[in-house]
Amino acid sequence: MANTTTDVRRYPGFLAFTILCLVLLYTPMIIVTIYSFNDSPSITKWGGFSWRWYQDVFFGIEAAKFKTAAWNSLSIATMAGISATVIATSAAIGMIRGNSFKGKSLSFGLINLPLMVPEIVSAVATLIFFSAIGITRGYFSILIAHMVFCIPFAYLPIAARLEGIEKSYEEAAIDLYATRWKAFTKVLMPLLAPGIISGFLLAFIISLDDFIITNFVKGAGVETLPTAIFGSVKQGIKPNIMALSTLMLLVSVFFVSLSYYVSKLGERSR
Amino acid sequence: MANTSALEVRNAVKVYGVKPNDVIALNDVSISVENNEFFTLLGPSGCGKTTLLRMIAGFETITQGSIRLFGENIENLPANKRPVNTVFQQYALFPHMTVLQNAAFGLTMLGKSDKEANSVAGRMLEMVQLGGFADRKPGQLSGGQQQRVALARALAPSPKLLLLDEPLSALDLKLRHSMRVELKQIQEEMGITFIFVTHDQEEALTMSDRMAVMSNGELQQIGTGKEIYEQPGNRFVADFIGETNLLSATVESVKGSHATCVIGNNTRLECVVSDAIEAGSSAHISIRPERISLAKSTVSSAGQDTLTGVVSRYVYLGTDTQCKLLLDDGTKINCRVQNAHGSTTDLAVGERASIHIDQGAARLLVN
Ligand SMILES: Nc1ncnc2c1ncn2[C@@H]1O[C@H](COP(=O)(O)OP(=O)(O)OP(=O)(O)O)[C@@H](O)[C@H]1O
Ligand SMILES: [Mg+2]
Repeated sequence: MANTTTDVRRYPGFLAFTILCLVLLYTPMIIVTIYSFNDSPSITKWGGFSWRWYQDVFFGIEAAKFKTAAWNSLSIATMAGISATVIATSAAIGMIRGNSFKGKSLSFGLINLPLMVPEIVSAVATLIFFSAIGITRGYFSILIAHMVFCIPFAYLPIAARLEGIEKSYEEAAIDLYATRWKAFTKVLMPLLAPGIISGFLLAFIISLDDFIITNFVKGAGVETLPTAIFGSVKQGIKPNIMALSTLMLLVSVFFVSLSYYVSKLGERSR
Repeated sequence: MANTSALEVRNAVKVYGVKPNDVIALNDVSISVENNEFFTLLGPSGCGKTTLLRMIAGFETITQGSIRLFGENIENLPANKRPVNTVFQQYALFPHMTVLQNAAFGLTMLGKSDKEANSVAGRMLEMVQLGGFADRKPGQLSGGQQQRVALARALAPSPKLLLLDEPLSALDLKLRHSMRVELKQIQEEMGITFIFVTHDQEEALTMSDRMAVMSNGELQQIGTGKEIYEQPGNRFVADFIGETNLLSATVESVKGSHATCVIGNNTRLECVVSDAIEAGSSAHISIRPERISLAKSTVSSAGQDTLTGVVSRYVYLGTDTQCKLLLDDGTKINCRVQNAHGSTTDLAVGERASIHIDQGAARLLVN
């Protein structure tokens, strides 16, 4: 590949452009990460290496607030991730394995619409909907909203995996006297597992990171990590926020890598 | 119960889709398969073989008609309730299970204990000569070995009927040939009725007790390989199974099962007829190439009832030689002579030959 003339790497300016993109993408994160270890309270002047802002996150005046927010974020992400994955798996099986039905492409569109609709629109709509049906805003309303908007993110990797699994495996199972449920648990599930895990991880990360919708549907006093950080930043950026952001970045990187690794593993086992 | 067929499909119709985009995949197909029979469904691509097989297995609903298994109607049973197992074309072995787990799957699903399921599965693997591969994953086997596992898996629950959809098509030629023999042996040993789908006529001829030739969703003929080869019922069958010469002819007179026909330049030919036909109608005559022999054309032999033509080409095929001839009326025909006899080749290309057709080898086909 490297020698072919159509190789994109041979286009003039390719290297410079790539570097520019990478710089724009990653410089802010790198700076935040570096300055989270800054000993000085200034966010622009370097004052030597220290762990003090990390200590501040865990033991400082805002520690309790962050701890509750982190707990809310993680528990919501876990529950929303799990339920979105279950719903997305059923939807994928229905869409891909089911017979074609009227409005199949419409259903596909509806499942994936949240990916296309501007998040602010979803946020406002969800808020209005919740007030209309009288759900009080708080932990529960955040959870419901997250369950819903995570579905398409869980759906995509699951559906992609399912598309690649031949129908004949399930037919073979049923032919060998398995009930539909056994065919699903004994044969389809294990084959679909990498897709399901990626789907869950993706949904989990999306829920963990969400700010806009959460900010709209959360009640006063209930915070997730992103809204808690936003709240703190409004009163001026302190380096402890950088430490907290770095920690969240670490969690995200971990889950994204895990999701990538799982789908790679799945490809090899196919 | 002694004389009920293992399988009886009656007037099966399968329509895929809805009007106006419907496809009639099977049109009024009836077959009956005897117990312990190796029965083959043979036909070109798209003729509905897989459809019929999947309908018997229960993966497709039957639009019209009935399916009986040892006298019992099964068309309304779901696939997992039919005592019928399938060997899939791409094997469909469960990649996350070991070979043994694959082979034991059916018995486990039938509620047998792990011990019993594994011991039967182990015996099946022995039978297909894969006893030492029990702990491998299917991905670690060659295509031929995977095929045997698929066979062992389908046979382990002792189905009343085994369905095989082109199981040999993914194997290379050598392996395919040895698997033919092995499959037939296994079928005889186990005494299970096999329904085998193929589009390869040689495969069908070597393995089957009987076969059904299909075309375009319709049944063309059912019979033993010999019957179908030697007494093809119509032009499609004559042409699809083996090689044949088809000559158009006009019927001059019919006497019992024989007819006198006129072909080409007013040459008369005695033919065997199977279907009723009236004098004066036109039809086709099928003659297998190996039942034609050639001789040097001499004035005395070139009577009214002898076909003559010019040798246009020889094709050497190993065991035999194909000789292409151009008849006087412009029809091209082929004949084959075994090289062991070496009698044809004494005619040079371009030489005139008189053509002799074996007694009963010319068959008049109405359709
Ligand atoms: N699910 C389906 N929906 C619509 N049409 C179908 C479907 N399955 C098969 N057909 C059509 O039915 C006809 C018979 O198909 P079938 O698969 O039975 O053929 P086949 O004899 O097995 O061919 P091959 O030798 O290529 O496997 C074909 O015209 C095919 O296009
Ligand atoms: Mg087929």
